[in-house]
Amino acid sequence: MFLAEVLGTVVSPVQHPVLDGERLLLLRVLLPDGRPAGKTRIAIDRARAGVGERVLVVDEGNSGRQLVARADAPVKTVVVGIVDYIELEGRLAYDARA
Amino acid sequence: MYLARVIGRVVTTQRVAGLEGVPLQWIQPLDELGQPAGRALVACAVVSSGPGDLVHFVDGREGALACPQPFVPVDAAILGFVEQAVAGDERIARAE
Repeated sequence: MFLAEVLGTVVSPVQHPVLDGERLLLLRVLLPDGRPAGKTRIAIDRARAGVGERVLVVDEGNSGRQLVARADAPVKTVVVGIVDYIELEGRLAYDARA
Repeated sequence: MYLARVIGRVVTTQRVAGLEGVPLQWIQPLDELGQPAGRALVACAVVSSGPGDLVHFVDGREGALACPQPFVPVDAAILGFVEQAVAGDERIARAE
């Protein structure tokens, strides 16, 4: 799993049927300390995340298929949690509770 | 999944069994500003799309799962046509 920041949404009126009704989010991948890391991603939202929130993202096929409950789904990138805080080497690296 | 723009197509008449009739598109992955990021690649177009279109695609084994026959040697597939992607005040849309 990796950490990301929700940048916004992706509107896709024509897509693979397994994605119908799913909310797609545009994500900036982050290092634990908040620096950007790697390519911009799109993920299915299963955590009801909002723009600006830090989220936990799974990027693995079996997990994706399990979440959409279809054994043949071409899905692997899914937002599975909203991060409350991150502790890194004994101190808070991120805190959304304040 | 990633955001990309369709920049062309690839035509191959003779190909591996199972991939007959699946269109192949050249796509350029984009960053959060809609700018090209990384190398262009070829993806199976499960959803119809044409040059200039904004799309989202999946890579790896899931690309093959999106194809009409799922047991095919494919590592990227276009899953959807993107009308627009919104990132803060930035709006990424189809090139006019």
